[in-house]
Amino acid sequence: MGKTFQRPESLTEVDTHYCPGCTHGIAHRLIAEVIDELGIVGRTVGIAPVGCAVLAYNYFTFDFQEAAHGRAPAMATGIKRVRPDLMVFTYQGDGDLASIGMGEIIHAANRGEKFTTIFINNAVYGMTGGQMAPTTMPGQRTTTSPLGRDVNDVGMPIQMAELLSSLKTPAYITRQTIIKPKYVVKAKKAIKTAFEYQLEGRCFSFVELVSTCPTNWGLTPVEAVKWAEETLLPYYRLGEFKNPGHAEGRGGSDAK
Amino acid sequence: MGKILMKGNEAIGEAAIRAGCLNYFAYPITPQSEVAEYLSHRLPEIGGVFLQGESEVAVGYMLFGAAGCGARVFTTSSSPGVSLMSEAISYLAGAQLPAVFVNIMRGGPGLGGILPSQGDYFQATKGGGHGDYHLLVMAPASVQEAAEMVMRAFPLAEKYRNPVMILGDGLIGQMMEPVEFPEHLKSEPSNKDAWATNGMGTRQSGKRNLVKSLFLDALELNNNNLVLKEKYTRMKREEIRYEKYNMDSDYRMFIVSFGTMSRVCRTAIDSLKEEGIEVGMIRPQTLFPFPEEAVFAAASKSGCTMALSIEMNMGQMVEDVERCVHGKCPVEWFGKCGGEVPTPEEIMDVVKGFLAQSR
Repeated sequence: MGKTFQRPESLTEVDTHYCPGCTHGIAHRLIAEVIDELGIVGRTVGIAPVGCAVLAYNYFTFDFQEAAHGRAPAMATGIKRVRPDLMVFTYQGDGDLASIGMGEIIHAANRGEKFTTIFINNAVYGMTGGQMAPTTMPGQRTTTSPLGRDVNDVGMPIQMAELLSSLKTPAYITRQTIIKPKYVVKAKKAIKTAFEYQLEGRCFSFVELVSTCPTNWGLTPVEAVKWAEETLLPYYRLGEFKNPGHAEGRGGSDAK
Repeated sequence: MGKILMKGNEAIGEAAIRAGCLNYFAYPITPQSEVAEYLSHRLPEIGGVFLQGESEVAVGYMLFGAAGCGARVFTTSSSPGVSLMSEAISYLAGAQLPAVFVNIMRGGPGLGGILPSQGDYFQATKGGGHGDYHLLVMAPASVQEAAEMVMRAFPLAEKYRNPVMILGDGLIGQMMEPVEFPEHLKSEPSNKDAWATNGMGTRQSGKRNLVKSLFLDALELNNNNLVLKEKYTRMKREEIRYEKYNMDSDYRMFIVSFGTMSRVCRTAIDSLKEEGIEVGMIRPQTLFPFPEEAVFAAASKSGCTMALSIEMNMGQMVEDVERCVHGKCPVEWFGKCGGEVPTPEEIMDVVKGFLAQSR
């Protein structure tokens, strides 16, 4: 009987620096598994963000570039335009992508750049120490919203999957989560679909992963999962928002 | 191939193609938008990449991504746009990536104006972005020289794995002059497989490459910056270029001037000569590395009583001239900005005025 479970070959054997209960490790593993399954490690280039995943390149075995804060989609554009044969993905958090990098992601998506963005949404700035993000929930306490996010003052949290889906350019846009095992299989399938669309040269692909940050939420890992399920998932609805193979407007279709 | 009449901005675009650079990302800004307009039809017809980015910020990182996977790449912009690109330029320098930036300068600070200026001397030669880095900076004084410098910029960027900047002004970009493109310059054999993220499956070594400017460990960052410093020292040894004008005369004063401004100074020097007044000129063609020894030698010549830096700004290069003259003679500055280029007659009056004072 052969091996049934092993570390993906695209992951290094380095221990990650992520906190207990953080879901970055799961996201990394899913990406690595998909790259292994597609047999594309030799032509994959990852782009690490500024944020907790700034050192993501230490955990993958393939080529990597490290971006400035928010600029990964512009770098991915540069790579794909001159080397369309490479498989390129950006790995970005919500401060990186939805705040400082909003311009880059919107325009890359609108041009239909043929790369994939893995968007880790945990409703808070992680690496800088738990400040308010554009994705922070109303009333959510952070180090820069100590009384809770006041939507009259700073507006409502940005729903990136919905926002990008409003662009008319064809794309694959989905929101999944990795906070419980029952969601993980679907998340992996979404990542695989995204990479496959890229390999076919079909469209821009965007996989939002609702994630946890127990440390900056001030919760235990178990409490964090509960909070994410009760607070984030009703607002950040799961499902496929856009698929070049389907008709538009299926947003949040499998959110139940 | 013979000479053809071309606008500076178009010649810059054509020169890049002839240097083997088929990848161009840019954002429109006056007075250099003709480069993008020219390349928007020229590059697709030869299978190159033309992309108008959403901002100069993004364009800087498109260059980073493309350069990071080993492609020859360039952009053109003008002063406010280069400010926005300066973040990426710092990252490119930190990650040791080759790329070529052309700045067709306009007046500043702020939105400034759209007329020619040399107001970005500090930005180009002393940083612009954050951190310990330098660009190799070349300053053309004609359309011909702009074309030649663009063509030389690519092999130099690759030799040093460092961004190179062509610092022109609005006149260089907008003026039409005859230009003859030089033969394709040979590059040193590429070692990009050693560092570029071009897909590890394509490389003999089978090792992955990492393109980054992040070095969290103090010693590691110090060591990276020592590598950069060594490159800048090597540039100072190997890449300084300048032109002398009337420096064999018994000058009492020598001018230091670059780009468009130096051409006006040349006319003034010729007219002064006719009046029996000898003035020399050093025209730096590289602003970094700066022709330090040439300026010092010029100031050290017996009979020299003054150095005069003439610039289309409020006095920037004059600080380098002062540094290099090293107290051998007084250093004065004359200049104008806002797009007004000093005339030969004005320069003659200024020269005479300073010489009268120093008598």
